[in-house]
Amino acid sequence: MDKIFLIGFLIPSLPFLAFFIIVAFTKRFKMISALISITAIFISFILSIMIVLFQIKNPAGYLKYDIPWLYIGNLKMNIGIIINSLTAIMLLVVTTVSLLVQIYSIGYMKGDEGFSKFFAFISLFSFSMLGIVIADNLMQLYIFWELVGLCSYLLIGFWYHKPEAADAAKKAFVVTRFGDFGFLIGILIISYLAGTFDILDIENFIKSGNISEKMLLLVVILLFCGAIGKSGQFPLHVWLPDAMEGPTPVSALIHAATMVAAGVFMVARLFPIFLSSPDAMLFVAYLGAFTALFSATIALTQDDIKRVLAYSTLSQLGYMMLALGSGGYVAGMFHLYTHAFFKALLFLCAGSVIHAIHSNNIWQMGGLHKKMPITSITFFIAALAISGIYPLSGFFSKDEILLSVLHSGNKLLYYSALFTAFLTAFYMFRLYFVTFSGQGKEHAHIHESPAVMTVPLIILSVFSIFSGFIGLPDKEFSIHKFLFLDHPEKGHFDFKVAMTSNIIAGLGILFAYLVYGLKVVNADMLRKKAGIIYTILKNKYYIDEIYLFFIRKIYYTLTEAIKWFDRHIVDGAVNLVAFLCRWAGGKLKLTITGKVQNYAMYIVIGVIIVILVLYVYQPDVMNIFAEVK
Amino acid sequence: MLTLLHFIILSIVLFFIGIFGVLTRRNAIGILMSLELIFNAVNINMVAFSKFLTPQEIYGEIFTIFIITVAAAESVLGLAIILAIYRSRQKIYADEMNIMKW
Amino acid sequence: MAEFISKFPILTVIYLMPLLAVISLLFINEKNHKAIKITTLLFTTISFLLSIILFLSYDFQKGGLQFVERYNWIPSIGVNYFMGVNGINVTLVLLTGIIIVTGVLASWDVNVRPKEFFMLLLTLVTGVFGVFMSYNLFLFFLFYEIAVLPMYLLIGIWGTGDKEYSAMKLTLYLLVGSAFILAGILGLYFATGLYTFDFDILEKFNYSRNFQIIFFPILFLGFGVLAALWPFHTWSPDGHASAPTAVSMLHAGVLMKLGAYGCLIIAVYLLPEGAKFWLPFVALLTIVNIVYGALGAFAQKDLKYIVAYSSVSHMGIVLLGIAAQNSTALSGSVFQMFSHGVMTGLFFGLVGMVYGRTHTRIINDMSGLAKKMPALAVFFIMTGLCSLGLPGLSGFVAEVLVFIGSFKTYPVITIICVTGIVFTAYYVLRVLQIIFYGKYDEKFEHLTDANKIEFAALFILMFFIIIFGIYPFYVMKVIHSAVLPIAQKLLMP
Repeated sequence: MDKIFLIGFLIPSLPFLAFFIIVAFTKRFKMISALISITAIFISFILSIMIVLFQIKNPAGYLKYDIPWLYIGNLKMNIGIIINSLTAIMLLVVTTVSLLVQIYSIGYMKGDEGFSKFFAFISLFSFSMLGIVIADNLMQLYIFWELVGLCSYLLIGFWYHKPEAADAAKKAFVVTRFGDFGFLIGILIISYLAGTFDILDIENFIKSGNISEKMLLLVVILLFCGAIGKSGQFPLHVWLPDAMEGPTPVSALIHAATMVAAGVFMVARLFPIFLSSPDAMLFVAYLGAFTALFSATIALTQDDIKRVLAYSTLSQLGYMMLALGSGGYVAGMFHLYTHAFFKALLFLCAGSVIHAIHSNNIWQMGGLHKKMPITSITFFIAALAISGIYPLSGFFSKDEILLSVLHSGNKLLYYSALFTAFLTAFYMFRLYFVTFSGQGKEHAHIHESPAVMTVPLIILSVFSIFSGFIGLPDKEFSIHKFLFLDHPEKGHFDFKVAMTSNIIAGLGILFAYLVYGLKVVNADMLRKKAGIIYTILKNKYYIDEIYLFFIRKIYYTLTEAIKWFDRHIVDGAVNLVAFLCRWAGGKLKLTITGKVQNYAMYIVIGVIIVILVLYVYQPDVMNIFAEVK
Repeated sequence: MLTLLHFIILSIVLFFIGIFGVLTRRNAIGILMSLELIFNAVNINMVAFSKFLTPQEIYGEIFTIFIITVAAAESVLGLAIILAIYRSRQKIYADEMNIMKW
Repeated sequence: MAEFISKFPILTVIYLMPLLAVISLLFINEKNHKAIKITTLLFTTISFLLSIILFLSYDFQKGGLQFVERYNWIPSIGVNYFMGVNGINVTLVLLTGIIIVTGVLASWDVNVRPKEFFMLLLTLVTGVFGVFMSYNLFLFFLFYEIAVLPMYLLIGIWGTGDKEYSAMKLTLYLLVGSAFILAGILGLYFATGLYTFDFDILEKFNYSRNFQIIFFPILFLGFGVLAALWPFHTWSPDGHASAPTAVSMLHAGVLMKLGAYGCLIIAVYLLPEGAKFWLPFVALLTIVNIVYGALGAFAQKDLKYIVAYSSVSHMGIVLLGIAAQNSTALSGSVFQMFSHGVMTGLFFGLVGMVYGRTHTRIINDMSGLAKKMPALAVFFIMTGLCSLGLPGLSGFVAEVLVFIGSFKTYPVITIICVTGIVFTAYYVLRVLQIIFYGKYDEKFEHLTDANKIEFAALFILMFFIIIFGIYPFYVMKVIHSAVLPIAQKLLMP
């Protein structure tokens, strides 16, 4: 085996090893568990850098290696690894964020009784996520896809004694299961048609054109269902905001930077398949744009700091989907990459605030800038980045997306994306001003988080500022030369688009500043003016209520009906048979009088009947009497 | 001249008298006696068939002796049971002995 | 070693061990509970270890029947002592070995007439082992009845709740099934005109199409009752709910597989024409099994009922695999028999342990138990995850194989069945949430976590779920070697 494959296998294996060691041996020793976990992910991180360096030499190339997992008959399932630019960039994102979040968690989770358990789960998650990244076949992708779902479930329900957390965990798993259901069927169909699970072989199969357009559309939409579930696209987005019940580092790692981006990554990985069905691409684009706008509007009105960020994540994921759906392969992945950093940073800052205040409600915060300067500044940087202000990283990736949407020629999508950008800037700075600026509430004991938490914040903010520069066109280090589908693109820069987006974001920030910073405009007045719209937004378009209605009223009724049916109809039939037997016995037992003479009578009657029957049907028998003569 | 048919008619008559007795007598001893009649009907048949159909063999007669022996033993058993019932209930009416029903 | 094993009558020894244990128990004072349990454990452990050796020394390259023991018994009517195992048998024998050992461990706290309890349990297991090894249908039926009948007493005496009703219902239901099976077996016996019950002769005979179409449903329904084929499943919830822990484990874990095994090896394999005619209808029934079972489980309040309905749902997957008629689905189906056997053994074992502590099985009466019994909670969660088909655990491999295979035969039915995974996830997670998560109640203060014996039982079961989930290659090869002839026979025009 080539050395590079060894590295490829080691990257996910190390966190798994860490998970195993923690579970089996070091559960009682909190610090050792944390160290093991961090060491493992740190080595993986170094190895990922090696993979990236390796891949830079030949960005167009790819390497693939399979280990047989299950071969029976003509069915082949492999555990395989594919190394190409997409893998490399994703490995880097996952290991970096995971490493920083784990370091941060030492501070955040300090004193929690499940400290070791937490690190074990995080390691298991890293393993599963990296498994998705290196997967070269759909079955493996699905396997790890489910495993990250499990980790998400375990980590959301980490504080399982809180009923909300337990509820949210269940909800997350079941809702994503809905998407996975479509995903699995899509995999079944395409693998049946193509006769293989291998992604490259399936791509070749589709290129060969042996599949009807309608079937292809169906398959692609079904596969996309997986992404809808995992990346929280409408209408399966409901689990993500609730998932914020988990510990904040988890929200940062899983529900902002990596796992929820797995849907986007999956679309990118299967991009040639998606590309071959333009209708499906359009669907992806529209759904992405709608989700982006839809969740951004909800984010405007939420009071829980983490929920605002969650809706923001949904919105940004929608953005990435929009990019991919418009054919912007690089744009989508680029935004995934920058978003991972600044969104993780935002969550970790939120965690830092929550750690200090012990509340998620933004109205109980305020004036934290003086007490928590590092958190405040890093949050500010991240907010600028997500708003897409030049020259922070978000600007470049968002610009790329806008350009690709513009190139696809769909004006509606373009304007909705611009409007979303405005809303994004507004709610991010609403959050910032309410939380950090103004007069402080009476929180005398509040102080900045320990260094183990602030250092990751600083590192991430450096990433948030500079990681966008690889988006500069025509440079040596340009992402367009590293990540591409068929051939390196040049990368574009459109001054008009850049200006528009910056101005719009600036407007959003300004507006937020007027309302929440300077308080020139009264927020309550705005709320009253918006009236019913505000109520709808505040209640998240009542989507949860609609689902609850379906579950409570229809699903529960259905299951109760089935229970009733089973008990009374199916089992009733069984009991009816038993009853009939008993009834017949009850009647027939009356013939058993206990009197010997009655029994003798039955015998005599029986004999007479037999003789008569014989006489009627076989008169020959009667000839024996004739013989006697 | 006596033919086989005469014997058969005799045995049939005896047999049905026996059946009638078994079915209608209230007294258990009467039933037992009627049973003996049925046995005798069979015995007559046995001897008669043996005599008329296979005069050289005496299987029928031998069998009859067995039957008489067994019937005697059976009557003993039956009488013993009836006696036991009489001791406990002071009655031997068959239609009142119905505690064996369900 | 291989030489020795091939000469050693390993099959006979495996099934005689429990019988020997029964005889040894006769000589033990019934007051001496500890000795009774240890003797039982000792003999069943020997069976268990031997079944592992059997599994590992089965040569899947060669395939076919191995370790054959064949002696004349009553040759004039074709009843012979004919034991042997193929890939399916070794897997199921292993399953039986696992379940009985853990079942004995799980019933360590049976203190009501333990001597009789273990004697009956061991008799039952003798029957089950025998069924999975015998290749003479007379012998097969004999063992089958031995396996079914002790259940009546076990549930009727040591059960809980409405135990007399359940015991009666279960036994009568299964006996009706047996009647069908007997009729079917006699049909085969007379149809050949060779007057033999030997399987290898029966399988070579070409039965007429009409005969197959008439006798296939008779045999399939007869075994299907035991495999909880809808609508003949209602004995299962009542029976399982009333049965003591070890009996539930054995019943759901092994006896239900016995039904599916009979469906596959006798009904489908001997009567392929009839199978091709009827199996599409069976596939329709399995939709009901899978989806209806999962929905039914959701509405239940009693833990044992939930697990019983989940068994109905999972057995639907086994039957779907059989109905799909290709080697992938059949392999998946057999693997699901194994996987579900271990999994449901775990489930019932855990439910028994939780019930033994809280004295309630109503889920709404429990909450936050994870705090007091973390080990049980972990096992419960992992079992639940296995049942909802999480990769890395054996249930996933089985389900995916069945779905891949059945998709080729019945695409639409398969898609409907796959919805079952969503419903399953929902009810499993709901149960976990209600009983283990949430607010911890003060009234559970005195509860303890699993003790060492219980832990050992759970660990053995979990070990197999994980090992076969991560590395299914070996066991699949063993199974596939036996499934291939069946699939080929079904493929023939």
